[in-house]
Amino acid sequence: MNVSNNKVAVYRKEHFNAAHRIFNPAWDDEKNFEVFGKCSNPNYHGHNYEMVVRVIGEPDPETGYVMDMKVLSRITKEQILEKFDHKNLNLDTVYFRNLNPTAENIVKVIYGLLRENIDPKLELQVRLYETERNFVEYPV
Amino acid sequence: MVYLTRIEHFNAAHRLYNPGWSNEQNDDVFGKCANENWHGHNYELYVTVKGDPDPDTGFVMDAKKLSGLIRDHVTEKLDHRNLNIDVDFMAGKLCSTENLVVAIWQQLEPHIPASVKLHCLKLYETPRIFVEYYGN
Repeated sequence: MNVSNNKVAVYRKEHFNAAHRIFNPAWDDEKNFEVFGKCSNPNYHGHNYEMVVRVIGEPDPETGYVMDMKVLSRITKEQILEKFDHKNLNLDTVYFRNLNPTAENIVKVIYGLLRENIDPKLELQVRLYETERNFVEYPV
Repeated sequence: MVYLTRIEHFNAAHRLYNPGWSNEQNDDVFGKCANENWHGHNYELYVTVKGDPDPDTGFVMDAKKLSGLIRDHVTEKLDHRNLNIDVDFMAGKLCSTENLVVAIWQQLEPHIPASVKLHCLKLYETPRIFVEYYGN
């Protein structure tokens, strides 16, 4: 069998519920409302975020695993869900003090947190759904 | 009799919190849902009306009109809001999905045309949690 492409993608889905507000502190309320509309509501709004973590690598010859999914699940819970679930992304996390919590920025933060904890020889990509109809991917 | 359902959605922040209790008691009962800085959901609202199809149109009710009623009287007041702070018809109420669905019924029902009856509201807080209300 030709094993020149033996890579397999494995996926883990998780979800978290959070409040946020899209807001540029350098702008006044009017300008924020002009650019971000109702997403800049000062009293926040929220979403059910769905996250799909994709890990690509060659299955280990001894285990048959690209990555043990229990380990991926644990890392995701510790690094993401415990920090983001039922939180206010602007107020309760350290990551968005000076960064607008758009889906784009959230997915990059999530990627960074996971990347540090996953074997560098495995490729990693994160897809984040803010709603069923709006989602982002990183890296691309 | 035919049942017609229109699905609408809104995204909102909220918090489960009983102001008559201490913070500890709120934490005990509501857990992370009591987070003082709020959390949020993508809500999905299913509105079902029932009636006989009109002989001239074939409609129980014009679904676009039903959609407009839901938007004007419900989702425009809830979408991208904080349910505890920004919504007049939730003032003084515990912000559970149960209480929200009853309040939505009270908002919507008076505007439903006499030719149909509001039958059921189904409100999803997450894809895994939803409530139903039949007005009684």
